[in-house]
Amino acid sequence: MTDHATKRPRPLSPNIQVYRPQLTSVLSIGYRISGVALSIYAIGLVVWLLSAAAGPEAFASVQGVLVSWVGQVVLFGGTFALFWHLCGGIRHLFWDAGYGYELRTIYASGWAVVAASLLLTLAAWAASLIMAVDR
Amino acid sequence: MNKRSMRSPLSRALGLGSAREGVEHWWIQRVTAVALVPLTLWFTGSTILLAGAGHEAFVAWLRRPFSTVLMVLLLIAVFHHMALGLQVMVEDYVHSAAKFALLTAVRLGCFALAASGILATLRIAFVG
Repeated sequence: MTDHATKRPRPLSPNIQVYRPQLTSVLSIGYRISGVALSIYAIGLVVWLLSAAAGPEAFASVQGVLVSWVGQVVLFGGTFALFWHLCGGIRHLFWDAGYGYELRTIYASGWAVVAASLLLTLAAWAASLIMAVDR
Repeated sequence: MNKRSMRSPLSRALGLGSAREGVEHWWIQRVTAVALVPLTLWFTGSTILLAGAGHEAFVAWLRRPFSTVLMVLLLIAVFHHMALGLQVMVEDYVHSAAKFALLTAVRLGCFALAASGILATLRIAFVG
């Protein structure tokens, strides 16, 4: 910091590492982390499409990675990140529209995001496992 | 809000923010978010139906006009939303000289990924 900066008192963010984690703060940073994680999955989506365009051999090798247990764990994480960010995003859209700012509502919608993203992830995987077995 | 503003009176009067483009960034982030709600639900539903499918079934699905159009729209919305979101990440957390390199990489990377994904989709749709 220069002298110039220290002379003028600037507003400072709270040092969040000294606070006990709360639902609101965990959801806030989790929302950002899931967004960054989904960016990596979006690269995977393009690789998947490119392999399909390249032909059956390339597609089969990518599918081979996806059906391995590592691939399945990564895909499961991606499904959870997607639903987490989707539900959190809908919560944010309500805030942007001016609704849901009462403390009770903030906690209710926060727990709703946790429950909905977990349930949707499990439902999607149950459905896809049934589809894969049927095939 | 707080009474002490950091903005100059002229800046406040013009109401455009410091960089003059914050509102558009904020707004397009929301517009793409709204578009992504149905698009990601369609995508997840489709991948569930495709679970365990081979190349032939995947191509047959993506060649359907409905799938082709929605996949292209999904790619546009995803990478536009991603570019705006990652830009905020860099602006909030990177304060070194790498900031401008990263901001450029985010923009160019998202553009390249969107173009690649769209061209792959169209190739499958029109060539097979």
